Amino acid sequence: MSDAVLTQSAFLTLSGISKRYAGVRALEGVDFACERGKIHAVLGENGAGKSTLIKIIAGVVQPDAGTIRLGGSDVSFATPSAANAAGVVCIFQELSLMPDLSVADNISIASPPRRFGLIDARAQRRRAEQLLAEIGCEDVNPLMRVRDLPLSRRQVVEIAKALGKKPQLLILDEATSALTSADVEKVYAMLARLKAEGVAILYISHRMHEVEALADRASVFRNGRHIETFDKGKRSTADIVQLMIGRDIATQYPPKPAREVPKPVLDIENLSWDRHLDRISLRVGAGEIVGLGGLDGQGQKSLLLALFGVLRGVSGKVTIEGREVRPGSPAAAKSVGIALVPEDRKTEGLMLPMSIADNLVIASLDAISTGPLVDRARENEMIKRAIARLQIKIGAPGDAVSTLSGGNQQKVVLAKWLMTDPRIILLNDPTRGIDVGTKQELYRLMRELADQGAAILFYSTDYDELIGCCDRVAIMYDGRIVRELQGDDLTETNIIASALNIDAATPGAVGAAHA
Amino acid sequence: MLDDIAIRVRQNVGIVTAVLLFSILYLLYNLSHPKGFSSAVLVQNGDEIFALAMLAMAQTVPVLASGLDLSVGAVMTMVGCFASYLLTGAAGGTPLHLDIFGLHVGLGTFPGGVSGILLGIVICLATGALAGFINGCVVVYGRIQPIIATLATGAVYIGIALFLRPTPGGKIDEDLNWALTNSLGDFAATVHIFDDGAASWFAPVAWIPVPFVLLILIALLVWVPFRRSVIGRAVYAVGSAEGAAYMSGLPIDRAKIAAFTLAGFFAGCGGLFLAIQTSSGNADIPQAGAYTLNSIASVVIGGTSLLGGTGSAIGSIFGAMILRVISFFFRIFDIAPLLQPLFEGLILLAAVSIGALGVLRVKNTLELFR
Repeated sequence: MSDAVLTQSAFLTLSGISKRYAGVRALEGVDFACERGKIHAVLGENGAGKSTLIKIIAGVVQPDAGTIRLGGSDVSFATPSAANAAGVVCIFQELSLMPDLSVADNISIASPPRRFGLIDARAQRRRAEQLLAEIGCEDVNPLMRVRDLPLSRRQVVEIAKALGKKPQLLILDEATSALTSADVEKVYAMLARLKAEGVAILYISHRMHEVEALADRASVFRNGRHIETFDKGKRSTADIVQLMIGRDIATQYPPKPAREVPKPVLDIENLSWDRHLDRISLRVGAGEIVGLGGLDGQGQKSLLLALFGVLRGVSGKVTIEGREVRPGSPAAAKSVGIALVPEDRKTEGLMLPMSIADNLVIASLDAISTGPLVDRARENEMIKRAIARLQIKIGAPGDAVSTLSGGNQQKVVLAKWLMTDPRIILLNDPTRGIDVGTKQELYRLMRELADQGAAILFYSTDYDELIGCCDRVAIMYDGRIVRELQGDDLTETNIIASALNIDAATPGAVGAAHA
Repeated sequence: MLDDIAIRVRQNVGIVTAVLLFSILYLLYNLSHPKGFSSAVLVQNGDEIFALAMLAMAQTVPVLASGLDLSVGAVMTMVGCFASYLLTGAAGGTPLHLDIFGLHVGLGTFPGGVSGILLGIVICLATGALAGFINGCVVVYGRIQPIIATLATGAVYIGIALFLRPTPGGKIDEDLNWALTNSLGDFAATVHIFDDGAASWFAPVAWIPVPFVLLILIALLVWVPFRRSVIGRAVYAVGSAEGAAYMSGLPIDRAKIAAFTLAGFFAGCGGLFLAIQTSSGNADIPQAGAYTLNSIASVVIGGTSLLGGTGSAIGSIFGAMILRVISFFFRIFDIAPLLQPLFEGLILLAAVSIGALGVLRVKNTLELFR
């Protein structure tokens, strides 16, 4: 890579950018450039400075030092809208949608079409339909409130909203993390189109295969510094991972122990709920990690919620160690030894403004209190142990949990539940938007917990993860379990085939269909 | 198309419920009233509803931006006191003076006659809007939570009202009082239009009470355009998710100030009408407090979430009317006045519970917390 060439053709150039938050370095002397008509991946662990970089480019925060040039002139954006006006549009990881407004309202929120000075609802709706069609998601009714849409659809709306701003530089920050595989394809097609139109695209993702498939060039960040920029194909995945974490990693996933058929801890029989779960039967043994796979929205999340007592009107039988249970609330589920790491850690997993310590002990207050009073000594002891066990990187236990990075927040959620000594651990996509290093720690921890006898039910949208972590994977389709894969059958091909509910059990079957 | 209608109904369950509840209650009321379904009853009801309906609209706007305004009753009272000086309609005008710190400062003569009355109305409404604007600035630039900010400014506004009217008094032009608190026919007769209201084409609408017409006009000319303006939508956006609104490049500060200013304007309309209706200005502190609390109740009954982001001032008008109809029933059934708060409370609780019935249908209990 030669910097001279870069700066000549670059659309966006950052030089010497530094930023500190309360004395903590987030970015240090960063030089960075990206071009029109290229998809440029930005890689790095959480805390590497990617988010800060994006926020500076998008006008959310101002750098302490350094200059930004856009299209040949110096710029400094005081607000996100100033950046938008210059054609810099960002799709943030934290969705920027207003849940009580309709899809159409949200898409045109910044500059709605107007007639006689008032918002033209019809034109606005047409515009929403058009933009949603552009990314192939006509199924979203623009009248719907965003609140009533599932997470994957909200992300689609977010993308449509960004497209409507006619970006010259489009930044995607983990923008595909909640999308279904089908939608991801559509987003790829849209990005290819934008690229052909000469839009500069910055792409942040923790999914390496996405980066490999999409990016023309990649830049790696570590500890607030720009480490290296290289063109597609110049570095292997292993190289990139090493650049990101700056140390070798032997194996990404902990080894799976070979063992006898374990004694079942959780036994689900004919579980049905509403239209989303259809006669589910599944066993999870002590020390087993069982994966839930399949396309997004096939009932995996409902199954976890049903087991955790969140859903009403569930039929069927759930047995834990031979005793039939029927939890009617999360509190009841907790008392029979079930823990759930929920889908959205910011709303369901944590009380963000409360301290790390308070969040950690909130599920196990019974265990640390005598009568109505909390035993402070025992509380502190447990907090200290939990933080050490999960290697949570914190300032002080009294800090608000919102000050932690995403990966460490997720560790707090997990630690909170481990304190309750659960026999059954339900995980709902726990690695979404988390950096590689923390992911590996979580994998190791899961295996450790299983080895100590816990039964783990693990839903993930990442097939790699299911294959690497799970002893067995149940594939769901339309509310049913269509297949259970284990051992050598546990391959990406099989998962995808079962997820689409096509029979590819034997390689011949596919061939026969083609013949 | 049917889908769209279903979506719209589902999104407006609160308002639809309020409209239905009001219709049923008001029908029952008229059925049990000896002179039910007459223009006279309607006029009386309209006069009693108007001020609270305006305060309910006033309260709605800050609530949509997820902030309570505890000063609406105070603004109403203060504007009413202003009105009792400015709307006398005396032929030679009204001499105004200020007695403060032992000084006697003459302020000249406020013009009388029709032009004086119109000018007075404009000044009163502008005063209300200004009070709201100040609320907004305190909230936005002082970075003070709305509930505390308006508690404080509300006390200031009541203080000004007491300064203006230490004891109830003042005067309102009789024609103005008559024209605005009766039917359209009386209005026409008072201001000498449509052959003094005797025009044959006018007869079919002559029975309609003026307060209702004013209410509809204000809703159509102020609320509806606001709802469909960019700043109006920014108010909803701020109440729904302030961070997301900021990241979307919306003018958050302006939206909040606009919300409080509009609240002040609506509260001013209420105060103006109350003064005209009672022909006097009265710095009545308990009354101001009661109106503020009832405005919050109206907003909730009308289907607006106190968390902000969803609801409408139209729903709040119906919420206010439901509250008032409940008290009308006391007159008919001759219930001891001392029991009135008890019954009002019980019925309010029941009315609000209807809105919460949806909870029973929820199959995923997580949705209750979203």
